[in-house]
Amino acid sequence: MAQLFPKWLNALPMVGAVVGGSTAIGAVIVVWWFFSPKYTDVGYQPKQPVEFSHKLHAGDMGLDCRYCHSNVEKSQEANVPSAQICMNCHTQVKQDSPKLKLVRESYAEDKPIEWIRIHKLGEYAYFDHSAHSNAGVGCSSCHGRIDKMEVVSQAEPLSMGWCLDCHRNPGEHLRPHSELTNMSWKQTLSDKEIDALIKDRNLNPPENCSACHR
Amino acid sequence: MSAKANHEIDPFDPPLVEGGHSFGEITEKVCSVVEKKPGKEPIYWWLLLPIGFTGVGALHIFLGWLFWEGTGTWGLQNQAYWGWAIVNFVFWVGIGHAGTLISAILYLFRQNWRTGINRFAEAMTIFAVCCAAIFPGVHIGRPWLPYWLLPLPNQMGMWPNFRSPLLWDVFAVSTYFTVSCLFWYVGLIPDLATVRDRAKNKIRRYAYTALSMGWRGGNRQWQHYEKAYCILAGVATPLVLSVHTIVSFDFAVSIVPGWHTTIFPPYFVAGAVFSGFAMVLTLSIPARHMYHMQDLITMRHLENMAKILLLTGMLVGYAYGCEFFIAWYSGVLYEQAIFILRASGPYAWAYWTMVACNVLSPQIFWFKKARRNEFVLFTVSIFVNIGMWFERFVITITSLSNDYMPSSWEYYSPTLIDIGTFIASFGVFIFLFLLFLRFLPMIAIAEVKAIMPEADPHHHAGHGKDDH
Repeated sequence: MAQLFPKWLNALPMVGAVVGGSTAIGAVIVVWWFFSPKYTDVGYQPKQPVEFSHKLHAGDMGLDCRYCHSNVEKSQEANVPSAQICMNCHTQVKQDSPKLKLVRESYAEDKPIEWIRIHKLGEYAYFDHSAHSNAGVGCSSCHGRIDKMEVVSQAEPLSMGWCLDCHRNPGEHLRPHSELTNMSWKQTLSDKEIDALIKDRNLNPPENCSACHR
Repeated sequence: MSAKANHEIDPFDPPLVEGGHSFGEITEKVCSVVEKKPGKEPIYWWLLLPIGFTGVGALHIFLGWLFWEGTGTWGLQNQAYWGWAIVNFVFWVGIGHAGTLISAILYLFRQNWRTGINRFAEAMTIFAVCCAAIFPGVHIGRPWLPYWLLPLPNQMGMWPNFRSPLLWDVFAVSTYFTVSCLFWYVGLIPDLATVRDRAKNKIRRYAYTALSMGWRGGNRQWQHYEKAYCILAGVATPLVLSVHTIVSFDFAVSIVPGWHTTIFPPYFVAGAVFSGFAMVLTLSIPARHMYHMQDLITMRHLENMAKILLLTGMLVGYAYGCEFFIAWYSGVLYEQAIFILRASGPYAWAYWTMVACNVLSPQIFWFKKARRNEFVLFTVSIFVNIGMWFERFVITITSLSNDYMPSSWEYYSPTLIDIGTFIASFGVFIFLFLLFLRFLPMIAIAEVKAIMPEADPHHHAGHGKDDH
């Protein structure tokens, strides 16, 4: 019987292996990089209704984070300040700035400003700001150098793996309570001091499913 | 040339191929089924095909509804969180076991009678594992995430629990499926080449040429082939034991009364072989009539399978008894309670159905007349299929729905979706099997020829028997 298939088809297994193998590796790389929250979520920087500069307020003028986000140590939410907080100062300074028009309106009409949320967690994930700040995880650990951001963007992936990295090994991010809002803080404690601090604060970051997925 | 011309029939070793066929006739007999013109298939094939096809369609509808609505459409409860899905999974995986046993263990033990039935027992294995694989995939509640079963690095920093038998099960079943497919395919290659060589139309020739991977049937190829086959048989042999052992760990590693017993692995393996052989009988009896293969799948084949049913049926019966003995002997209150409940509680009807089908019905095979009667064989094989499904039902449901707290006990009843999904999985099985019968040689032609007297170089009268 004559040969049905041409001879070059003998290369098929090799070609198939190379093409299939590289496609598989390519797919892994694409998924690994482009499907990761590091790619999809980090750098999210929506345009806010008011051109508020964190760099000016928190950075240059050195306002403490808690002046505006006052409940961060008491509540699940690190609240977004009401217009009343803004007007504490802006009845005195920059009263007529056109940038503050919306704030003045909000203050006068008792209508909240519709800020756009940047740091979003899934609705199936429970997160508590007070638990983290009381444990000594500072603002910049999760939100990055807010004091350098003209417009705030997301600095960390906020993925489950990212949460777990810290829950499994929190030492690197634990600081004295006095340094909580210090944006330029770097870990200076030794491993021993960190262990003592964990023991002292009775920290036991949960890794079980229902810790966050309640 | 016929064997009968040269030999008296040995009553202890009757021929495995009857009717005095020549090699050519065997090839013709098996290949002609595959080579029939479309529309010339046996009438029963056409009657069964729509049933199978409806099953495939129905499965899509039932699973679609499940995905849309969630597992609440099943009869699951707070306690009985493993319902029919797990019962069906174990049932189908168990059926798969006979295929590997026949192809691997019987091969290594040189049980020549395997050749008549190994091809479609292996096909049955693969299709049964396909049906089984549906259920754990869809029972997880979020069926679009079954890849979470695999240890894949991910942004969640999550990793399967390697101490969990459920993960071992993923590996066990997927290894089993891979090796079964390889074994089946390697066995098919020489026969596919035969079909290729006989092919008259172009599409067939291209298809079977590609499938037979350049097989020419030369001496050297046969030597490699025999070695590869033997190695695969060696690889597959531990799988016969390991897969259902690990399926049993899904239960036995937990601390649920009625599950947490050391007898589970051998008990499950015996049950799996039992149900697998029952299914081979259920399939082979109609198939040998449909395609007139009575000379290749002889009464001797059927009788041997009946003997295995008798043996494994009694092993399973022993396990049932042993569970009761240990429950009493251990002195564990909860263990005793669950077994008393099994035999006399709300599911007693299922328990006694199981005992009647699995332990009592095969006892008829003590009689040679019953072992050689196709009607009895077929009926008992159906009983065993039913009984083995109920065995898994009894194990899964009774232990879960009657847990430690009587206040939370509740009678488990399936929904129509449960029942429909299970019946539809039979449709998938039938459909795949019919396609197999139509497009692939259903009997291992080359292997059957090798056990015929003509293949024995010493087959002439007396030669080789008196030290020639």
